[in-house]
Amino acid sequence: MTDLHKKIEDYIPIVGQEKVEELKLIAQKLKGKTIQSINSTAVGGGVAEILSRMVPLLNNLGVDTKWDVIKGDLEFFGVTKKIHNALHGGKGITKKDVNIFLETSRLNLERTPLYGDIIFVHDPQPIALIGKKSTLDSKWIWRCHVDVSQPNKSVWNFLKKYIEKYDATVFSAPAFSQKLKVKQFMICPSIDPLSEKNRDLTDVDVSSVLKKYGLPHNVPLVTQVSRYDRLKDPAGVIDAYKLVRKYINCHLVLAGSHASDDPEGSEVLAEIREKAKGDPQIHLLVVDPKTNDFDVNALQRGSAVVIQKSLREGFALTVTEALWKARPVVASAVGGIPLQIAHKYSGLLCHSIEGAALHIKQFLHNPAYAKKLGTNGKEHIRQNYLLTRHLREYMLLFLSLYNKEDIVYL
Amino acid sequence: MPDLNKAINPFYFCTRLILRELTGIRARNIKELLKYIKTVSGSVIYNHTHQFLQQHIHLSPEPPNDFAYWVKGFLNEEELAEKMMSIDTCGFCTIRELRNAIVKTIQDHLAKAKGPLRIAPKGSEFYFVKAMSFVLPTPHVADDLKGFIECIKKISVYSIYFHMFESKLRLEKGTNDFSFWLGTSLGKAELAEEIARLDPYTYTIEELRSELIKRAEKYLK
Repeated sequence: MTDLHKKIEDYIPIVGQEKVEELKLIAQKLKGKTIQSINSTAVGGGVAEILSRMVPLLNNLGVDTKWDVIKGDLEFFGVTKKIHNALHGGKGITKKDVNIFLETSRLNLERTPLYGDIIFVHDPQPIALIGKKSTLDSKWIWRCHVDVSQPNKSVWNFLKKYIEKYDATVFSAPAFSQKLKVKQFMICPSIDPLSEKNRDLTDVDVSSVLKKYGLPHNVPLVTQVSRYDRLKDPAGVIDAYKLVRKYINCHLVLAGSHASDDPEGSEVLAEIREKAKGDPQIHLLVVDPKTNDFDVNALQRGSAVVIQKSLREGFALTVTEALWKARPVVASAVGGIPLQIAHKYSGLLCHSIEGAALHIKQFLHNPAYAKKLGTNGKEHIRQNYLLTRHLREYMLLFLSLYNKEDIVYL
Repeated sequence: MPDLNKAINPFYFCTRLILRELTGIRARNIKELLKYIKTVSGSVIYNHTHQFLQQHIHLSPEPPNDFAYWVKGFLNEEELAEKMMSIDTCGFCTIRELRNAIVKTIQDHLAKAKGPLRIAPKGSEFYFVKAMSFVLPTPHVADDLKGFIECIKKISVYSIYFHMFESKLRLEKGTNDFSFWLGTSLGKAELAEEIARLDPYTYTIEELRSELIKRAEKYLK
C-alpha cells in the first residue's frame, strides 16, 4: 500500500463511520471556498509531510485545496533556519539577515500566486506574504509549527509585526500561546494510522526487524526513539536503565536516525557510545534511512516499554506513535507530552531519572497494569491525535473565519 | 386515529464539534487560578469542566475537570483537588452557577490554608483555553421510541455529548434534550425522568450510550 493519496473512507475501520460522516458534513459547509496552503518546501520536513497527507484528503472530502511553495536561495533558508532556532530560544538574527529575509520575501510577494479564499501560511518562511492582504479579498491564517514557548524576544517581535496582520493564528500546544491581538487557536499535530510508521504489522515483521538489529526476543526491551540530541537526554535514559537493571533483566534500545550531516548529533552519539561501553544490553541503533519508518514501527511494537525522557519537546509525535501501538509509555512532563499522557491513565509521566526508572520498573513488574495503560493510551490517540481529528479541526478553523460567536450553528 | 407511538415532533439529532482557542492566560498558583476563574468567559469554564470527559471518552472521568487535575497533579493539593472533583456538575443548570461553586470551593480552601502557596513547575502552569462549538444537523431523525434507539446506536459520541451535556448546561435548557423530547413530544414522562436523573459525568460516553439504550428498550415492551 502506498503511503499517500488515501481516500477518507480508508479511515472508517479505524475511527468509525460516524466520524467520517461528520467530516463530510463539515466539508459541505466549505463548498465554494478555495483553501491555499503555502509553505517553503514540497518535500522533507514535518510540514511538507503533513500537507502531503492533508491536501489530498481535503480534496477527497470536496474541499478545494491547493498547495503552493515559496522560493528562496540557500542564503534565505540559512536565515530562516536561524529564525527557527531563535523561536526555540536560540540567539537572534543580524541586520544583514533581516535584509536577506526582506529581499527574498519581496521577490516572493511578486512571484507567488495568491488566489485562495483562505490563505493558509505555514511557519515563518512565507510569513511576509501577508503584505498582499490589503489587495485581496481573502482570509489569512498563520500556522506556527514551532515550539515558541520561550522565543528569542527580538526575533519574535520582528515576526509579530506580520503575525498580527493575519485573521487568525494556530499553535500546537497551550504553552506556545503568546500575547497577540489576533485569535490564537490550538490544533495539535497528528499521526496517520495508515502510514508506514504506524500501520499494523505482523509478528513476523516485528521479529525480522529485531533480528536485523541484533535485538533479543525473550528479554524485555526498553526503547527510546529519537535523534541523538542532548535535549532528548539519551544519557539520562541510560542512567534510568541502569537503575532498572539492578532489579530487572532488560535491554535498552536507543534508536536514532543517521547523524552524518549533523555534527552535534555525531558528537552526542560518540558521547553516548562512551557511556554505554561495556554493557552489551545497551543497543545504540542508527536506523537505516531507507527503511526508517518500517523499522521504527517494528521497534516500537517490539518493546515492552517505550520511553521519551526529553528535557524539552515540541509535541513529541514519537510518544503519539508509541501510544497508538498500545505501548506502555514513560515520558517527561514537557512540551506536548502531558496533553497525550494523563498520568496513571494513559501512561506515566516523569520529572527525573529516578522517576523514569521507577515507572519503567512499575510497568515491567506489572504487565497487566502496563497493558491497561497501553490500551487507554491507544484509545486516547484514536480519539484525539489521528489525522482525521486534524482534518476536522482544520475545517473548523476555516469556518471560524466566517463566524465570530463561541457557539456556531451551521 | 393518530398513532400514539409517534412523537408530536420528530427528534433531529445534531452533533457538536469543538475548536479550541488559546487565551494566552496562565496561572502558576491557586490564587492566580481563582483570579482568572472569576474573570474568564463562560466558554473557558465550560471547556475546563468538560474537556477531560470529551478527550478521555473511553475512561471513567476522574478527575472530571481540568482544574482539579492540575491542582492535584502539579500543586499536590490533594484535599482541594478532591473537593473540586466532587463538585456536582450535574446539579447546575448554568455555567455561572458552576463557576460560582468552583470559586467558593477555592476561596474556602484559601481561607483555611496555612503556609506559602505552592507554585507549579515552569512549563506546567495552568493554561486557560476556550471552547468554540460548532453545532451541525446530522441526517439522523427519530419519530418514535424504536427509531430513537436506532439513532442512539448510530450517532457519534459528539452527538450524545451535545444532547446530554452541552444543551443542558451551556445552552441553559434546564434538562438534557433527550429527556425534554421524550417527555414533551413522545409522552414518555417516566423514561424522560429516568434519563434526567442519570449523572452523565460518572459514565464514559460509550457507557452512557449503552445506558440510554438499555433504559429506552425497557419502555418498548
